[in-house]
Amino acid sequence: MSWQDAKDVKIVTKNFGVDGSHKLSVYTERGGWQAFRKALTLPPAALTDEVKKSNLRGRGGAGFPTGMKWSFIPKEARTVYLVVNADESEPGTCKDRELLAYDPHLLLEGMAIASYALGCKHAYIYIRGEMMREARIVQAAIDEAYAGGFLGKEHAVGTGGNPFKLEITLHRGAGAYICGEETALLNSLEGKRGWPRLKPPFPAVKGLFQQATIVNNVETLMNVPDIVTKGGEWFARLGTPKSGGTRIVCVSGHVKKPGVFELPMGIPFRDIIYDVCGGIPGGRALKGLIPGGSSMPPLDANEIDVPVEFDALMTDPRIKDVEVKPGVPFDMGGGRKLKTMAGSGGVVVFDDSTDVVALCARIMRFYAHESCGQCTPCREGTGWLARVCTRLAKGQGEAGDVELLANIAHGIAGNTICPLGEAAAWPMLGFLTKFRADFEHKLRKAA
Amino acid sequence: MPLEFSAQSKQLIDRLLTQYPNKQAALLPVLHVAQDQFGYLPDEALELVAQMLELPPAHVFGVITFYTMFHREKHGRNELLVCTNVSCMLRGGYDILRYIEKKLDIKAGETTPDGAFTVIEEECLAACANAPMMICGNDYFLDLNEKKVDAILDDLRRRWQERQKMEAPGGGDPNRRTLMGVGGPGTKTS
Ligand SMILES: Cc1cc2nc3c(=O)[nH]c(=O)nc-3n(C[C@H](O)[C@H](O)[C@H](O)COP(=O)(O)O)c2cc1C
Ligand code: SF4
Repeated sequence: MSWQDAKDVKIVTKNFGVDGSHKLSVYTERGGWQAFRKALTLPPAALTDEVKKSNLRGRGGAGFPTGMKWSFIPKEARTVYLVVNADESEPGTCKDRELLAYDPHLLLEGMAIASYALGCKHAYIYIRGEMMREARIVQAAIDEAYAGGFLGKEHAVGTGGNPFKLEITLHRGAGAYICGEETALLNSLEGKRGWPRLKPPFPAVKGLFQQATIVNNVETLMNVPDIVTKGGEWFARLGTPKSGGTRIVCVSGHVKKPGVFELPMGIPFRDIIYDVCGGIPGGRALKGLIPGGSSMPPLDANEIDVPVEFDALMTDPRIKDVEVKPGVPFDMGGGRKLKTMAGSGGVVVFDDSTDVVALCARIMRFYAHESCGQCTPCREGTGWLARVCTRLAKGQGEAGDVELLANIAHGIAGNTICPLGEAAAWPMLGFLTKFRADFEHKLRKAA
Repeated sequence: MPLEFSAQSKQLIDRLLTQYPNKQAALLPVLHVAQDQFGYLPDEALELVAQMLELPPAHVFGVITFYTMFHREKHGRNELLVCTNVSCMLRGGYDILRYIEKKLDIKAGETTPDGAFTVIEEECLAACANAPMMICGNDYFLDLNEKKVDAILDDLRRRWQERQKMEAPGGGDPNRRTLMGVGGPGTKTS
């Protein structure tokens, strides 16, 4: 199946635009909670198998196969937690917020099915603190689902199927990008500073409150009900051989019609920019784009024919490989060489009027601000990148700055507890490779 | 007078405590309740929270300094969180921030002398497709331009003045942003 065949399939956005889509009554009228009823008639392990068959990969950025992750829960685990990562703060990414606002019940149903499959009795949604409005909407949905008998300590849903009880708690963060990293998120949820943990142990073995835990992104779980209803094979066939289903892409920056779109997996960036989003405004030319949130290295205007997938982007020979140390946990990049990925689906398009060095400096400032400070290479390196990049952007660069930036970035990557280090180093090296002339031009202006 | 939780806050906290296997896990939500009631988190508020959750005050202090949403000094009634990250930057986010600073005659991070507004330069707020944007309380203000900013600030100031008239002196609005028990608003984002 090519991506064109899946053009009109809507899974996680199927209720977008429907009046009152956030209400339980509307959700059930449109077939909501049927997948859950079906799930309860199956043995839990069969659901994990179905998700494996579906080729669903995590939509939080790393693209880890969801079914496989679920199967890492040790058989002997007595308490299992499911935690939804709704911390969305990667610059350029704006899908989970809309998904939560338009269809919170789809998330709750996905959570209920996942919890049944995993043996979880209490699940948490960790929502970004600033999303006050979405938090209210989700809390109202939880209250409705309790009242409707789908959730709750006292309720045993599953007439006809297996009995099932699930509590869901909404937990608000308090403003820290690093809490999107799954182990930092768990620390934050436990009432601590959001400091990433060393892995192993992985959360599946020792996560929230020291118990077996699965952390999944909002969009990931919203795909689960349809996988149950229509089957894993159906879902797998929609996508590419390596990744099933559709993909939410949020396009921002210099396009005529920015927005959040559910698109077929494997659609090329060219079609996103020129067909879906109407092209570049003001008759300007494309300069480049960030393919999957600001931690992903950019592409230049000649590279827009690559498909939006998880791995297809990872083949640029021009970027020098970064040595990846074994044992360093990677989830934004899957431990692969320094190339680029469709990450979190946040596509940021910029035209030829853009000051690329200033753009890069802004990204570096972000990571410097958000480093949790535990690892010296990240804490010092991100600040250093931001300072050097900013002075270049201001036309105050010094001889050797371009090489210095590359050196600092190489010094960070692979030497830190969590992938925030790479999240800064990769785009830095990517910008230097793809837009080197812009950096050198700034340097000449400074001289 | 030492700070105390209102009856309503206490009720909320009791409910929160049932949702976690230990008291410490309720720290972030309880701090949100405290900040909603007191408007900020002075030392006494930290001690109150520490006592309630049986945590060392130093731990509570360490936690609040880690997160940007907790603040140690009073903010204005309306917190304007203005995004300047990449997607907003490309579509004039900095111009919007500068315009707001000029209009309110304060810099980002400051509060207007009358206590109506605090302006905060924010990182990406997950509305990139509607850049430039800002948040105030429960509201997202999307696809901003100077004209829209004028109308928004006027409206917020008018509502703030009305509220001031209604509120008793010294009596904060104890539950101005707390979630529990509040029905969901509509879901239109743009
Ligand atoms: C610095 C950093 C920030 C992250 N932020 C988010 C986030 O905001 N939302 C998210 O779902 N995943 C985020 N992730 C990825 C999570 O660590 C984790 O891989 C993901 O939540 C797993 O869910 P999935 O398998 O469903 O994708 C982040 C990772 C890193 C390293
Ligand atoms: S890499 Fe950076 S953000 Fe991650 S743990 Fe180390 S210092 Fe903290």
